[in-house]
Amino acid sequence: MDIVAQTIVSGILIGAVYGLAALGLSLAFGVLRVLNVAHGELIMVGGYATFFMFSLLGIDPFVSAVVVFALLMLMGLVLHWLLFAHIVRSNEASRIKNSLLIGFGLTLILHTAAVRLFSADNRTIFTAYSTLAWTVGSVRLPVVKLAGLAIAILAAVMLDLFQTRTTWGKALRATSEDWTIAALTGINVQRAYLVSFALAAGLAGLTGVLISVGFSINPSIGLQWTLKALIVVVLAGLGSVRGTLLAGILLGVAEAISSLHLGGEYREIVGLVIFLIFLSFRPQGLFGVAHA
Amino acid sequence: MRSRLAGWGLGGLALVAALGLPLVNSEKSVLTDAILVYLAAALALSWNIIGGFAGQVSLGHAAFFGMGSLVTRFLWLDGTPIAISLLAGAAMAGLAAFFLGYPGLRLKGIYFAIGTLALAEAIRITVGNVFPLVTRLPGEELRAYDLIARYYVFLAVVLVGVAVTVYLQHSRLGLGMMAAREDEDAARAIGTNVFFHKLTAFVLSAVIAGLAGGSFAFFHVSYYPSYTFSAVWTFDALIVVFVGGIGTLAGPILGALFFVLVRDVVAAKFVDTHLLIFGTLFVLVVLLFPGGLLEGWHRLWGWAKTRASSWRQEAGGQPAEGRPLG
Repeated sequence: MDIVAQTIVSGILIGAVYGLAALGLSLAFGVLRVLNVAHGELIMVGGYATFFMFSLLGIDPFVSAVVVFALLMLMGLVLHWLLFAHIVRSNEASRIKNSLLIGFGLTLILHTAAVRLFSADNRTIFTAYSTLAWTVGSVRLPVVKLAGLAIAILAAVMLDLFQTRTTWGKALRATSEDWTIAALTGINVQRAYLVSFALAAGLAGLTGVLISVGFSINPSIGLQWTLKALIVVVLAGLGSVRGTLLAGILLGVAEAISSLHLGGEYREIVGLVIFLIFLSFRPQGLFGVAHA
Repeated sequence: MRSRLAGWGLGGLALVAALGLPLVNSEKSVLTDAILVYLAAALALSWNIIGGFAGQVSLGHAAFFGMGSLVTRFLWLDGTPIAISLLAGAAMAGLAAFFLGYPGLRLKGIYFAIGTLALAEAIRITVGNVFPLVTRLPGEELRAYDLIARYYVFLAVVLVGVAVTVYLQHSRLGLGMMAAREDEDAARAIGTNVFFHKLTAFVLSAVIAGLAGGSFAFFHVSYYPSYTFSAVWTFDALIVVFVGGIGTLAGPILGALFFVLVRDVVAAKFVDTHLLIFGTLFVLVVLLFPGGLLEGWHRLWGWAKTRASSWRQEAGGQPAEGRPLG
């Protein structure tokens, strides 16, 4: 019983990170209709930024999270100007295909650059409080991972508030519903694209912070995290921030429980199989927008 | 007509050079480099069938490369002749493509791409769990190791890829694939069985990828099963095809030559930096030159020709304003 409780708790804790990883991907896909397969590489960059701010400058990872978020937003702006803004102008079908290809090229560039600059070693941030844990009953709750859960929830709430309460956020939602009508009502669609891509990159950076402190990073984690985020987006559908975070947690728990039964080495497969089953039942419209 | 003749002539020359290379120079480094070019070319030619002709961006190509290589390796080390092992590997890859493509090809565009990627990753992880160990060639095989034989096996696979590509360029089957690529509804309206053509492209592509994988298993002394299922192989194929020129015959071959050349030159100084260069090149190609190097070359050639003719006209005393546009 204890081990089951512990497994579920660990699943929730990592699932929150999955959810956060998916929030950015979902936002960019929903508004721009581009699939950025380099999302996992942006997460990796965020992780390294946190790691080096800690090891070189001694900045606490939870403090540098704010800096990393801003840094990755800036990177998102640049990437949008350089690459994705050009793709968004083409029609829907070639837009998605080209974004996939551009993202793939970006994946190669960022991965290789990271191997060259940072070496292929695994890195984790060890702070004074890294080993700290609360024990509730017989379940261990590592403090850094709990903080990760709190940050993921906070980010989701902020994103939800931004999209429902602010003019710019509402512009994003309108653009994702129908960009032509949004443009007709006077919404600056190009700005909505820019904002959502930058926000998506910032959220990827924040995910990287949590991974570098609670788990570990290396230059090759990108693909794995992109897939995780994709699975969550598919499970949750587009348009619901809360749903995305919940689907992430669900995936984390499903993985944890199945690895208890099948053994840890098949952990990664569970999500992929769920994903493929979903795909085969809904072959043409996975990313359906959930209307409130 | 003249350009087609020139194409056949160039192809024939390249074939003679490739067949004769081991007779002229059988140095290990030269043959290994040639083998790497053939490997990249075979992978690219095979991906080009599903990605270029049928227009379905498959990101699961590595699965078929890996299956071909796994089956070939195990049969061959068990004492089966290499030719039969290779064919069995290719058949296995083709069969897998049939059974995966049957449900999988109902997915369209991006869903097909990410579906195949997820599938290939699931297969890679499973293979890594089931066959965790490296296999090495036994001593007597190692002593009898003949690089020239490997060279011809790889060349043969490339030739199969070329033959299939040429056939597709000149047959109803290939036209049907291209019709499915350009506009599925229109293709259906003129009586093309879109699903059949996509599935055939997927299976053909997998068979050649399986052959390439089998050759890889034959070539390598130590062999780590899950490595051949790694997404790297898909990525290599995509890069070579796009940088070379998608949907063409010369594109994947020139792309492979260019890819290995740059990799060798750059890798001598900076390990792995070639992927940085190719990643950038890939992005530039997708954004600016959708036809790849081949289109770049044609454009350059066309530009040079118009410049040359306009220079001639200027030399003939024609006023610059009178120059024809274009």
